Amino acid sequence: MERIKRTLIGLTCRSVLTALSLFIWIPVLLLVSASFMPKDELLYRYAHPLGMGAKAVHASLLPVYLTLEGYIQILLRSRGFFVMFWNSCLQVGALVMGQMAVGIFGAWAFARYTFPGKKKLFDVYILLMLLPFQVTEVSAYLVLDRLKILDTHLAVILPGIWSAFPVFIMSRFFEAIPQAMLEAARLDGAGELSLLIKVGIPVGKPGIVTAWMLGFFESWNNMERPLAYLKEPSLWPLSLYLSRIRGEQGAAAFAACVIAMLPPVLFFLNGQEELEQGIFLDGIKE
Amino acid sequence: MFLAPSLTGTLIFYGIPLFDVARRSFCDAMGKRFVGLSVFWKLLGNQAFQLALYNTIRYELICLPLLLCLSLLMALLVWELKTVSGSVRALVLPLSLPAASMVLVWQIFLCREGVLDQLLGWLTGRVWERDWTDGPWAFGVLVATYLWKNAGYDMLLWLSGLRAIPDQLYEAAKIDGAGRREQFCYITMPCLKGTAGLVLMLSLASSFQVFREAFLLSGSYPHESIYLFQHLFNHWFVEMDVQKMCGAAFMMLMAGAAGYGAVLRCADWSRSAGPGKPRDRGHLGMSGWAKRRSIRWRG
Repeated sequence: MERIKRTLIGLTCRSVLTALSLFIWIPVLLLVSASFMPKDELLYRYAHPLGMGAKAVHASLLPVYLTLEGYIQILLRSRGFFVMFWNSCLQVGALVMGQMAVGIFGAWAFARYTFPGKKKLFDVYILLMLLPFQVTEVSAYLVLDRLKILDTHLAVILPGIWSAFPVFIMSRFFEAIPQAMLEAARLDGAGELSLLIKVGIPVGKPGIVTAWMLGFFESWNNMERPLAYLKEPSLWPLSLYLSRIRGEQGAAAFAACVIAMLPPVLFFLNGQEELEQGIFLDGIKE
Repeated sequence: MFLAPSLTGTLIFYGIPLFDVARRSFCDAMGKRFVGLSVFWKLLGNQAFQLALYNTIRYELICLPLLLCLSLLMALLVWELKTVSGSVRALVLPLSLPAASMVLVWQIFLCREGVLDQLLGWLTGRVWERDWTDGPWAFGVLVATYLWKNAGYDMLLWLSGLRAIPDQLYEAAKIDGAGRREQFCYITMPCLKGTAGLVLMLSLASSFQVFREAFLLSGSYPHESIYLFQHLFNHWFVEMDVQKMCGAAFMMLMAGAAGYGAVLRCADWSRSAGPGKPRDRGHLGMSGWAKRRSIRWRG
């Protein structure tokens, strides 16, 4: 009786989760399959979403026949896409690197040292993390204007580097490092900086990877900041470009969307194990 | 000393702007003359401001509880099965997908005579011709895309909270004759309190990003049911209406600080009063059970 109940529960759990995964995956599969469709098929199936006439949608998870037309068009025949792709890479890459460089030290300080006003200051960081971008939008604009970096890549990169989010995430992981471990390293004559480099970073790696990935997703996805601080379209990242290709270029739009989501998805698949740790560090080998 | 680089930048790019916001919200449009509270009064009388405020609050109040419950449910299901990796791959993926990429797919589903209309037509036998991105139902669409994107990651957060609950508690409860429901109510729930605060916080931070979906799906002048703060700020920004933006931003800042302070106080209170201290356990001195648990998980 007990065993039957167990299997029943297991089955229900499994089926609910499978249904949820399907719910999540179908849109993605739809997008990927549409990116391999030839132009006339896209016109027949998705004319309305692409903005080419209000015909009914004929959705399908499989193209009638596969073609790389869309990819070829977007990769070889359109200059705009490449420019924006590299804009995105440059902005996001520099931003996330900077976040890590600054955030690791900040998080380490919050996690492992005591200084006057620490708790208050950390609360301020959390508040900054929670506030939507729009709150400081205009004043930050004035600061960027003063620094004469509006309409350059730096206008997007610099404010992003000092986001409070990675500091918060990483400090939670750094806090979980056992004090004994650090004491042992101190006894072996490790300085404060080498303590961070030799112990903090390796042990807190899941936290760093998590912060790195969340930072990457967020800034790859960011539209508000470039929209506000970059007037020059040749500096725009991919996220802004994608929302604009419809109409005649539409056939390649699906391919562009797929390419745009490749970098974050690849990072996700690589760092999944670290992400799985969630927000509590555990299983530390002592 | 380690904090210095982080602090300097934060001050330049966030601290100074925030003080500037505070100063300007008490001054006239040029930022010179002190005008007291008149900016706030003007804002509170502004219809667009009222609408945006109402919508944003409504959105948060509906989205956050839904998201928390859904992701907790998912976490409990995954926990029950004890197979994490596969479900993670399947369920957390949307977190990494850029909004700009997905918007075309959403349009396939939501446009007039799109997939959703056809599905509903098939289910109800009537003809549906509804553009879901425009009209009062756009709000539902917004909530749905938010849940779609974030439920998986929140599930991970809950799971790490569940993992931090010591097995001994459950074993002791079993010996005392507690059934599954009692175990859930008296062990799992109280122990997850700390996690809940954390999930709520991170969800709140991510909930403001839903503007992207709203903007991509319905443009910068959407139906009034999803006219959020971000739309309002966008319009003001285009007009460079510094005074209004600063006033509203200052109000949000104060509201945020007050809310956060209140939450902190509550959390302190519940931590000192409640029996479980999951956060502390999650932190320091991982003892045997945690290691056992994580090894079992990997294997």
